[in-house]
Amino acid sequence: MAHAYTPGLYVTPHTILRRTRRLPLKGDVLAAPGDTVERQQVVARTELPGSVSTVNVVNRLGITAEELPGFMLKAEGDEVRRGEPMAETRPFIKWFRTTVESPIDGTVDSISPVTGQVLLREPPLPVEVPAYVDGRVVEVIEDEGVVVETRGAFVQGIFGVGGERYGPLHMLAENPGEPLAADRIDDGCSGRIVVVTGLLSYEAIDRAREVGAAGVIGGGIHDRDLRRLLGYDLGVAITGTEEIGLTVIVTEGFGEIAMAGRTFEILRECHGRQASISGATQIRAGVMRPEIIVPDLTAPGEAEAGEGSRGGGMAQGDPLRIIRAPYFGRIGRVGELIPDLRPVESGASVRVLEVEFEDGSRAVVPRANVELIAG
Amino acid sequence: MIIATDCGSTTTKAILIQRREEGYRQTFRGEAPTTVEAPFEDVTRGVLNAIQEVEELSGRQILDGETIITPAADGRGVDIYISTSSAGGGLQMMVAGVVQTMTGESAQRCALGAGAIVMDVLASNDGRQPHEKIERIRHLRPDMVLLSGGTDGGTISHVVELAEYVAAADPRPRFGAGFELPVIFAGNRDAGPEVERVLGERTALHLTENLRPILERENLGPARHVIHDLFLEHVMAQAPGYSKLMSWTAAPIMPTPAAVGRIMQAIARRRGIDVLGVDIGGATTDVFSVFHTAGDGQSDPADSGAQDSAEEGPTPVFNRTVSANLGMSYSISNVLAEASLENVVRWIPFDIDEADLRDRIKNKMIRPTTIPHMLEELQIEHAVAREALRLALVQHRELAVGLKGVQTERTLSDVFDQEATGESLVDMMVLDLLVASGGVLSHAPSRAQTAAMLVDAFQPEGVTQLAVDSIFMMPHLGVLASVDEPAAAEVFERDCIIYLGTCVAPSGDGKPGDLCATYELHLTGGPLREELRCGELRLLPLGEGEEAEMTISPARGRDAGSGPGQEHRAKVRGGVVGLILDGRGRPLELPEEAADRRARVVEWSGALGLYGEKD
Repeated sequence: MAHAYTPGLYVTPHTILRRTRRLPLKGDVLAAPGDTVERQQVVARTELPGSVSTVNVVNRLGITAEELPGFMLKAEGDEVRRGEPMAETRPFIKWFRTTVESPIDGTVDSISPVTGQVLLREPPLPVEVPAYVDGRVVEVIEDEGVVVETRGAFVQGIFGVGGERYGPLHMLAENPGEPLAADRIDDGCSGRIVVVTGLLSYEAIDRAREVGAAGVIGGGIHDRDLRRLLGYDLGVAITGTEEIGLTVIVTEGFGEIAMAGRTFEILRECHGRQASISGATQIRAGVMRPEIIVPDLTAPGEAEAGEGSRGGGMAQGDPLRIIRAPYFGRIGRVGELIPDLRPVESGASVRVLEVEFEDGSRAVVPRANVELIAG
Repeated sequence: MIIATDCGSTTTKAILIQRREEGYRQTFRGEAPTTVEAPFEDVTRGVLNAIQEVEELSGRQILDGETIITPAADGRGVDIYISTSSAGGGLQMMVAGVVQTMTGESAQRCALGAGAIVMDVLASNDGRQPHEKIERIRHLRPDMVLLSGGTDGGTISHVVELAEYVAAADPRPRFGAGFELPVIFAGNRDAGPEVERVLGERTALHLTENLRPILERENLGPARHVIHDLFLEHVMAQAPGYSKLMSWTAAPIMPTPAAVGRIMQAIARRRGIDVLGVDIGGATTDVFSVFHTAGDGQSDPADSGAQDSAEEGPTPVFNRTVSANLGMSYSISNVLAEASLENVVRWIPFDIDEADLRDRIKNKMIRPTTIPHMLEELQIEHAVAREALRLALVQHRELAVGLKGVQTERTLSDVFDQEATGESLVDMMVLDLLVASGGVLSHAPSRAQTAAMLVDAFQPEGVTQLAVDSIFMMPHLGVLASVDEPAAAEVFERDCIIYLGTCVAPSGDGKPGDLCATYELHLTGGPLREELRCGELRLLPLGEGEEAEMTISPARGRDAGSGPGQEHRAKVRGGVVGLILDGRGRPLELPEEAADRRARVVEWSGALGLYGEKD
């Protein structure tokens, strides 16, 4: 293989980060290059076209579709109020008049002389995009949004649910992998982002939600607890829009897994500081991982982190984590990069590498089953 | 000297095809991560990386910096560069027709055959309220919309109504913010002017021939060609780096499934057989079929050449379906959700805790590029694959049907059969060849595992030959066929297809241990006459290139291809696995009690030597 590509997640105490904040449709940008912005400050705004209602006027009036325009009281583009007549018949005796009233407040979108339908559109819905992180606007995308630059700690999780939220980080453990009794989450966690360093149980998440925590971060979660939380079995990892009352991020994966030492250290350092988090995960087509950003605009930024997951060449000595059984979750360093295909226990011959564990032991594992962890 | 790439959603695969003394051969292969997404956002980066790997392995210079050297000269470069693509989620379409089971279904078949993923089928009678349809169109943001409906001279108002919904939704395409959504109208020609009035200014509208001009005939070719053109002009041109890639290729870039479909049809045509093919990926599973029917107006005009055929005899009907959320990595968790845990567990030969299995499958979903290291993990993935394949075939059967709404002449016996129009064309008893492709099938550690997954999931009946795409090069050969069909055919037979052997499986069921069939196999060493018992699975050696005459006498009520209880003679072909005799019955039932079930699965696995049992 020309290059030993390997996936990896950013876990770094100091970095420069840019986040593109873009509207779904063109609209107004409310910030200029160089502006300092706060996480919940609106930087762009637009209006989404309102929902459409259809009214089959010809059936209601007992006329043909071609006759429709002659019976309309409103033209395309006119505003209508709920209950306002928009079409009516004109019989000789007024008493026999039939009227069709608008079922909504909105405008007349179209009048069809072919189908006899009138389409009405509700008023537009405002959409606002916040800055999401404290930082500085470094670029304006005309009519669409801005790019905000910040610096500080940046940790990517492996999986999350729930959208963007904000609050001070609140570490509830002394060491990675500590089991946590749900009752340790108390009213003091309200509005905060609670950090658990081992398994995130359903009870702990539910308790965090109950006390009004903004989010909860953990090492691992059981799938059965995720299913209970969401109310359905998640089929494809495209998340971020769940409305479950808080945002949940796991840093390692499914099962009882301790948070990696480095992730734990960084989050502990950030205890009490304001963070911006997002549970949005998208694994197919454009990898997006959940993230924890703790801005510190006075800190010196080091290497710049992109918007996606990191990936790149692997070299001897690089720290890594094994991400599949039988060594799932173990931390080590790249030993020898064995060039030939080697058979593994499954019977497949695959590209492998030697891993040196922290205790000095070694193992040969498929290259596909490791990820680099240094930030 | 040809270099071909397939830009998949995860990896870009490059193969080198060279002319040798014996003909065209595939010689080297390289791969690299696809680079459509951030941070690269340029598909050509992954293409160059994959080609660079081919260069390193072959020792031949193909690139000069970031340019592919063409034509080949002085031992450098290649003559042709071609490519397929399914990167960025492939071609995502929404289709609409007036009656769901008639024009709606025809539009769906048209889009699928062109290589698209059909996100939704809108129809006047689909039971949804108008505002629900409009919201759905707006929410999905397809790459393209195919609007059909009405036979020529038929309904206009219903077709225009659908056009009005599309207009009201004012959908924006996935790529390119300031760009109009391509809409193809292939419905009642009399509705064309009205559709143009409604959609002409709001979308990039293209009018083409009606895809169902009369109820008795589908005419999918013209709309399918427009889909291909628009795929290149609009969708591809908007995706990152594709304008550059298109300028490099000697033939239009083809959607990957369209290229695979082309190859499947070529096999069926060349050998005059019924073929079923499957390509199981990380996110999606495609099923392709070519079955010959008495001819009811259906055909695949694009490739079979059978459109409006006046020829006597059965017509080959091509169908493709894509199960958008059945796959082995990104979608693996969805297989579990759709198939149910019980159905996955039934194929696992050891006891496993439900919570543990769920966690393992979710971990594969969030780290899709990992591979099984331990045997148990491989067996779990193979269990999931069986269910993904089974469900994909169920979906294929539902769409690969005869035209609905067609009046047919019935004899007295037909009336007693009560057969309606719209019967599935997929008949596992008449199927001749089952072709497998995709990571879990092409890269299984042993070919017997591939054969077992195919047989368990698809449950072929009678006599069926099994084959696998050796290293997933059918997409490359599909697009090569559009440039040089003989070269594609040569490489296909020599390097692409690996014959696994033949499966003989009498249909029907019986008590385990009862006689299923007696058979006589005429081998070079003399005839072999044996009995196959109900519930038994047996593997007989019959190597690559070997053939044998076989006479099967099924027990009463069981059918080997000539009718229940009737003797059936067939020529069986060998392969790298051999001749599989399957007496387990159809449909295949597993014992309900867990320990019994595991014992049977272990016994069958041992019979085929799937996981080293015979070593």
